[in-house]
Amino acid sequence: MNWQAAAPEIFLACSGLVILLLGVSLRQDRSKLCTWLTLGAFGVAGWLVVGTSPATAYEGLYVADGFAGFAKLLILAGGALSMILALDYNAQQRIARFEFPVLVLFSTVGMMTMASAANLMTLYIGLELQSLAIYVLAAFARDDIRSSEAGLKYFVLSALASGLLLYGISLAYGFAGTMQIGQLATAMTDPANLPAGVAVAVAFVIAGLAFKLSAVPFHMWTPDVYQGAPTPVTAFMSTAPKVAPFVVLLRVMLVGFGHVGAQWQPIIEIVSIASMILGSLAAIAQSNIKRLMAYSSIGHMGYALIGLAVGTEAGVRGVLIYLLTYIVMSAGTFACIIAMQRRGQQVDRIADLGGLARNDLPLAAVMAIFMFSMAGLPPMAGFFGKVYVFLAAVQAGFWTLAIIGVLTSVVGCFYYLRVIKVMFFDGAEAAFDRRTASVSAVAFAAGAFTLFFFAMPAPFVGAAARAARVLLG
Amino acid sequence: MLFAIAVFAPLIGALIAGLPGRVMGDRAAQLIAIAFMVLASICGIVSWTGHIWGGIGNGTVPITTWITAGNFRLDWSLQYDSLSTTMVAMVTTVATLIHVYSVGYMAHEHSTTSRFFGYLSLFTFAMLMLVTANNLVQLFFGWEGVGLASYLLIGYWYDRPSACRAAVKAMIVNRVGDLSFAVGIALVFLLFGAVDFPTIFAAVPQHMSDTYHLFGTRWRAYEVAGVLLFIGAMGKSAQIFLHTWLPDAMEGPTPVSALIHAATMVTAGVFLIARMSPLLEFAPAALGFVTFIGATTCLFAATIGCVQNDIKRVIAYSTCSQLGYMFLAAGVGAYQVSIFHLITHAFFKALLFLCAGSVIHAMSDEQDMRRMGGLWRHIPVTYVTMWLGSLALAGIPPFAGYWSKDAILEAAYAAGTPLGTYGYVCGTLAALLTAFYSGRLLFLTFHGKPRAEPHVVDHVHESPSSMLGPLVLLSIGAVSAGFLLKNLFIGDGHTAYWQGALFNAPTNHILAHLEEQPLLIDKLPILVGLAGLAVSAWFYLLAPSVPAWLAARFRPVYLFLLNKWYFDELYDAIFVRPAMWLARELWQVGDATLIDGVPNGLASAAEGGALTVVRIQTGSIAVYAFTMLIGLVAMVSVFLILR
Repeated sequence: MNWQAAAPEIFLACSGLVILLLGVSLRQDRSKLCTWLTLGAFGVAGWLVVGTSPATAYEGLYVADGFAGFAKLLILAGGALSMILALDYNAQQRIARFEFPVLVLFSTVGMMTMASAANLMTLYIGLELQSLAIYVLAAFARDDIRSSEAGLKYFVLSALASGLLLYGISLAYGFAGTMQIGQLATAMTDPANLPAGVAVAVAFVIAGLAFKLSAVPFHMWTPDVYQGAPTPVTAFMSTAPKVAPFVVLLRVMLVGFGHVGAQWQPIIEIVSIASMILGSLAAIAQSNIKRLMAYSSIGHMGYALIGLAVGTEAGVRGVLIYLLTYIVMSAGTFACIIAMQRRGQQVDRIADLGGLARNDLPLAAVMAIFMFSMAGLPPMAGFFGKVYVFLAAVQAGFWTLAIIGVLTSVVGCFYYLRVIKVMFFDGAEAAFDRRTASVSAVAFAAGAFTLFFFAMPAPFVGAAARAARVLLG
Repeated sequence: MLFAIAVFAPLIGALIAGLPGRVMGDRAAQLIAIAFMVLASICGIVSWTGHIWGGIGNGTVPITTWITAGNFRLDWSLQYDSLSTTMVAMVTTVATLIHVYSVGYMAHEHSTTSRFFGYLSLFTFAMLMLVTANNLVQLFFGWEGVGLASYLLIGYWYDRPSACRAAVKAMIVNRVGDLSFAVGIALVFLLFGAVDFPTIFAAVPQHMSDTYHLFGTRWRAYEVAGVLLFIGAMGKSAQIFLHTWLPDAMEGPTPVSALIHAATMVTAGVFLIARMSPLLEFAPAALGFVTFIGATTCLFAATIGCVQNDIKRVIAYSTCSQLGYMFLAAGVGAYQVSIFHLITHAFFKALLFLCAGSVIHAMSDEQDMRRMGGLWRHIPVTYVTMWLGSLALAGIPPFAGYWSKDAILEAAYAAGTPLGTYGYVCGTLAALLTAFYSGRLLFLTFHGKPRAEPHVVDHVHESPSSMLGPLVLLSIGAVSAGFLLKNLFIGDGHTAYWQGALFNAPTNHILAHLEEQPLLIDKLPILVGLAGLAVSAWFYLLAPSVPAWLAARFRPVYLFLLNKWYFDELYDAIFVRPAMWLARELWQVGDATLIDGVPNGLASAAEGGALTVVRIQTGSIAVYAFTMLIGLVAMVSVFLILR
């Protein structure tokens, strides 16, 4: 038993238990202390991830390879950024409880497990751990009816999606006789003569994971939940919980069902195209910035799915770069949204941003950077995410995907640029409250990364390329 | 070296006066521009005399390499031969005088004039670049530089709509010629694989029978190239059909008109034909075309000049007409005569324009001759010099114009071809008209009773010495250039003078036959010149009612001439209106409806789609779950179908 392969997860889980006990045993509320401890635990876990040598463990149920490592670092970063955002926000909104960091921590453990899953059942366990924590997080502002509604909606629909996934897994097991992802291919020989049941299994697995990615047509929960959940939770949901299902999807589809790629590729293409189109169209009509971000996230998942549809090493590299740039700019954008508070109340209409450039130029500038980046304009980081994905598509001859991607990007420009226009050119609204240090830190750090990514993309692109080679090699 | 200084000094002057001139102040900018012009003219004259009498042979002055691409190599280098040194000496001298004159003329400008001097020097530099080019591309550079500078100068008073229109018109009409010129250069490159003159001219005999397919017909390549180059020359030299910009170019300040009409710009076309003589000598049809256009222009422009009332416009049409003479001479193979007339014309035409400027200056910017009269008492120097210039223009001996014009007509007659005879007839008639309108200009402006407003008359004054000095110097040239240069240019000394810079085919003996014409042919130009002057004196001094009676009696003819043969109206109907219509259609239908319409339509479609998508988003969990299941069913179906 090679438990060292799972050392980061084991460490995180133990830390979670300790922090939970600490939080319960302390008299007064110690949420800030718990958050800092959790952040420390994340740091140690990240260090462990970097230090883990490639290995499989637990009879092949668990794999720690370069691909999983890359994903885990992204997941840890997303979780950490969201927790920093929550530091002051929760206190201001009087929802500061020590359970918050613990829930984020356990969700993160679940996601890291997903990233390392070499077996469909491991995958499911990780997915459920992640989801359970997020249900609670979405409803964390329990006095707020919208938050409760968001938690409930997410729970009900997610349960449905989990059921679909589980059903798909059982069908796959029935036909292949194994749940090891690496052995599915060898178990089901003769891809030309694919049993109908396997097709159904693949479709169900895709559906279950696509729900987490909020890809069309499993996206319906996204706007409502994004809007209802407390903003740091929305930030969390739009970062790490997008990475984990995506890497799992990559591993299952390309490694597990890689031999029937020609059959499922059209489905991914359709999902990708539908997500890109819906993401860009529906966002036009939004007046709420969080709903806008929900549709934006649907669209971004559509772009990232291009890389999966292509299915080549370049495609996987493109996805990983896309996810990296996306979580950074997404966290930064939500930091700016969290800064939208007037007299302690969160405001979230786009119109509330009016005249921000006059009231708080640095915030408006950094928000503009994120919007440009989301729109995919060079030289922002978001541009590179799109470039590598489109490049992979073009190299592999997926012209339709690339062209639709570019066209929907153009449409997307409209609503991203509209936000900038509102900030810089529209009539001034009242100034926001003083932004807190945690928000500023995340916003400006993410802004700097987004703005200067073009200056040093090589280490990130190189890491993504190595991870992709590990997955497919 | 001196030669290069002559060419580049005006550029330095232009850069200094034009760019930091505002900071230095007007006076300093003017001084610097003039100083560099004086330097240029001294160097120009020295290198001219050095070449002609100093025994310095032909050569090239390399500056630097311009383009190297594969086998194609292009240098910046100056051609040093009789033609270029003659032109450089003339251009720098006349341009320097015009610079000096401008100091006085522009003294009443409210705004700073450093820009004006910068443009003038730039104009001169471009012309020098043109005449000293040793390859066609460098020549084209100067050609376009001249076009640019003329645009800037004609539109110098950019707050006057008419000036802006005239500037744009000059630019566009020249573009037509330039296009043809550029195609001609390309054709020459296609034929010879080179664009530098020595290579081209050396290779002329080898491509004698090359043909070129054009619209399904076969032409000798030299003829096509020759006609293309000549169309370029027509644009720059304002020959009929492409002449319409020249009269409008009057909108610029008068020194600019003098520069355009005398030293730079319009003579570029004649120079080009002379420079290309080694090639054109073997393109008889193209030369016939040159003869025809030249002869036609010289008569056509003269007829218009007879009825114009704007003093500058009369002189402008006379330029047009005189350029026709030059092309006529070149067309019959007498390039030397053509350049001779170019040089004499430069002196008396610059003189006439500067005199006109002096008159306008005296008359408080009045340009209509009908409101002048009786000025000779008030501005005697201008009066005398303008008489000298006009006599030169009219071809009265012994003034400069007589010698060259006489030689042109003799050459045309000596050519012995039908086209040559046509040229002789047109030229002689034009000489009559030229003398007539020159006299008309003088009598209307300086003689008779003052017809101006009293307060204008009271204000009439002689120009300052900075303006009169150039007038006097130019009038010396206008009087003497003819008999001083005749022997050198076209007389016995012409082979020694030109030293092969101009080429005559072995069969072309036209220069030798100049003096062998019948007495009547020889003397006719003088007789018609005197007759023209006499008629104008009768019309405008003795019997002022006659012109009015004639105008009323032959009203259609009068209007036809007054409206410049309706060329502007014709072009307006044929080119301008259709182009405007096309532009408007492209704008309203093409751009506003289609190009804007498609994205606008797509945008509204996207907006509609957005609303539809949002309407599905009801918030009901049941609907969401239902959508998921529908999607799942669709996915499974697609999968099973594609399996």
